[in-house]
Amino acid sequence: MAHKILIVDDEPNIVVSLEFLMKKEGFDVAVAVDGEEALAKVATFRPDLVLLDVMMPKKSGFEVCEAVRANPDNARLLVVMLTAKGRDTEVAKGLALGADAYVTKPFSTKELVAKVKAMLAGA
Amino acid sequence: MKAKVRFILAAVVLGLLMTGPFVVTSILVWLDMKEAERTMLVELLISRLPIGTVMTIFGFIVGLAILHKLFGHYVDGLLRMAETLRLMLGANRNFRVALEGPPEVQQLARAANDLAQQRNELLDDVDAQIARAKASLEEEKNRLAALMSELAQAVIVCNLDGRVLLYNNRARLQFKALAQGPTSVAGGALIGLGRSIFSILEKSQVTHAQEVIRQRLATGKAGLANFVTTTRGGQLLRVQMVPVLTGAVEGSSPPVMGGYVLTVENITRSIEQEARRDQVLHSLTEGSRAALGTLRAAVTNLIDYPDMEPELRERFVRIIDEEAARMSDRLDRTMADFSDSLKTRWPLEDVLGIDIVAAAQRRIEDLLQLPSKTEEMDDALWIKADSFSLVFAIAFLATRLQEHYEIRELRFRLSGHDRLAYLDIIWSGPAMSSETFYTWELEPMRLSAETTPLSLRDVIDRHGGEVWYQREKAAHRAFFRFVLPVAAPESAAVALDDEARARGRPEYYDFDLFKFQDMAGVDLDRRLTELVYTVFDTETTGLEPSNGDEIIQIGAVRIVNNRVLRQEIFNQLVDPQRMLRPETIPIHGITDDMVRGQPTIDIVLPAFREFCEDTVLIAHNAAFDMRFLQLKEASTGIRFGQPVLDTLLLSAVAHPNQESHKLDVILERLGITIETRHNAIDDSLATAEVFLKLVPVLAEKGIFTLRQALEASQQTYYARIKY
Repeated sequence: MAHKILIVDDEPNIVVSLEFLMKKEGFDVAVAVDGEEALAKVATFRPDLVLLDVMMPKKSGFEVCEAVRANPDNARLLVVMLTAKGRDTEVAKGLALGADAYVTKPFSTKELVAKVKAMLAGA
Repeated sequence: MKAKVRFILAAVVLGLLMTGPFVVTSILVWLDMKEAERTMLVELLISRLPIGTVMTIFGFIVGLAILHKLFGHYVDGLLRMAETLRLMLGANRNFRVALEGPPEVQQLARAANDLAQQRNELLDDVDAQIARAKASLEEEKNRLAALMSELAQAVIVCNLDGRVLLYNNRARLQFKALAQGPTSVAGGALIGLGRSIFSILEKSQVTHAQEVIRQRLATGKAGLANFVTTTRGGQLLRVQMVPVLTGAVEGSSPPVMGGYVLTVENITRSIEQEARRDQVLHSLTEGSRAALGTLRAAVTNLIDYPDMEPELRERFVRIIDEEAARMSDRLDRTMADFSDSLKTRWPLEDVLGIDIVAAAQRRIEDLLQLPSKTEEMDDALWIKADSFSLVFAIAFLATRLQEHYEIRELRFRLSGHDRLAYLDIIWSGPAMSSETFYTWELEPMRLSAETTPLSLRDVIDRHGGEVWYQREKAAHRAFFRFVLPVAAPESAAVALDDEARARGRPEYYDFDLFKFQDMAGVDLDRRLTELVYTVFDTETTGLEPSNGDEIIQIGAVRIVNNRVLRQEIFNQLVDPQRMLRPETIPIHGITDDMVRGQPTIDIVLPAFREFCEDTVLIAHNAAFDMRFLQLKEASTGIRFGQPVLDTLLLSAVAHPNQESHKLDVILERLGITIETRHNAIDDSLATAEVFLKLVPVLAEKGIFTLRQALEASQQTYYARIKY
């Protein structure tokens, strides 16, 4: 069965690309455009991996990550944070809050796909 | 024994000496005689008694006269001489003993006079030495103060109580700029000799810095402390504290701190600028990441999946278009928002445009022997410029013009247009091609032997300006136009205004204040010479405060350590919110237009109270001014509770037999000349001078302390007049 990936980002233009890319790679894809919707989709869609943008309205990526990790049901869920902020301190924060990987925009799509695949294979 | 008593005693002794031997001999002879001999003697004597008595009395009188003469010469004369010598010792050392009396006394007098002369010479010598030492000390102090006043940093020296002993011009301007209130001194940035620094800087921070320095000194490190503080107006100040060490003897225990020097820098603007630069940087880097990320993802998708459906391909292309547009948009907005912060950090100073032109003219004249003239010069135009490179650039253009077109004369023109200054270099001659000018603009500049790697373009860019070539066809001439940013010369204008009032040496320092004892409030038993005073005067709409007359101007100066501080003044017009009486306008020279829009009394009074905090108030005919202030007590809640001295009353105490104690009359009596009168600030200055002259006169009358002065004032006749 194909792995399920949830894409969370408030910018539709990047969502289009990511959705297209992940579908082409054979994943089962769902999309959320803000933090609250993301939490709801985590519960209903039960993804294996979340591509989570940090800067979002309502709930930030950090908050979503914390909430996801607070629920033991999501222990096996992989979280990849996407951010437009490249500072070391934020990377450290994301990882400390329970993200499994941290990818800074702009990123190479090939590397992202490779990373996602590797993480899902390892899990 | 008194000389008189001794004289009487001597007279008695003389009388006894003249009659005694005869009487004793007579008695002895009488006792030895027979009865018959006695009868015969009596008969013989009785008949001759009158002549004997007369002779004796005559002898006695002659004796008395001689005695008196001797007394006069040797006793009274010497007493007089002693008195004269006392006088020479004390009051007047140029006095001399008169040479009179017998030769011995005269010799004594001569010897005393010679001694006095010798002493005089010694004293003169000592005085001269003291004066020399004082003069050199004073000169040193003046030199130090002059040096300080020229520093570009704001410097303030305080004693341990935080009282200001010295501040320089920069400090004054800086704190003046901090005082952003409706009145001349509002905003809590009062700087003044003898004032507390804690009205400007946080006391706890200053104390902490002092403690840091003490600890550093104790461990043998250099005494130095830094801190950043926020003013009441929200400005950020970086302060550096260095101790003033007293009694620092080589090799002794750690030196003792007697005061401190503060250098103060307002870093609000540089911090703000830095923050804005950060924002720009952030907006350009972090802000581009998301858009770039989207772009990159879309582009790779297009490249990696060339066989995607046309619909999807179309969509990706649109995304790329959108994101690229958004990025350029952001770039434009950032540049617009932050253009000020993005200017180079080249240090530009505020200079008068005409100064730049004058400097350029001199340079061109020296270098090229090329005469120049000016036309249409705006002499009040301040420019933000690096004068050296700008003058260099102008001279460079002149050189090029002379080389290429052999021009014989240059003209300069300077005009302001909004926030821009136009500086034109004009010449008559053939048209030049724009290409030529472009080459000149971009080549490294050269002035005979001097070269610089900078081009004209570089200099212009540094100034955030522009330069171009233009022809005035009608006049057959052409010009280069420099467009430069205009500076707002606020501080310069302020400085000029105050300088006009302050003649003589600057009053930004008083090192005697090192010994100045701190006082909370005002101590009535302090000497008049040791107190700090605020001398003030008000101008009003009329003479009847109870009938609705109002204050229209308050002027005040401070007296610290027996000096009038002409630079530390309070001078504020007040809007009385009613029309002025036309008949009063010639007296104070203040018109309705002048007071309209000025702060009202409820705004001015708090600032004035702050100005005269912890000082004794002085006014001429103070009862009148105080009545106006007291009538405002209810509406403003501002009370002036400190002691008030009245120069009118003090003058009456000092010269009780003089008829008039009007300010004009007193000024004349005390030999004080004041240029202008009847405006609040000049009258305050006059009153302050009067007070300082009255203090020694009062001291002669036994009035030394504030309490004595207040009591004496109350007792004078004038005190009974009520306004």
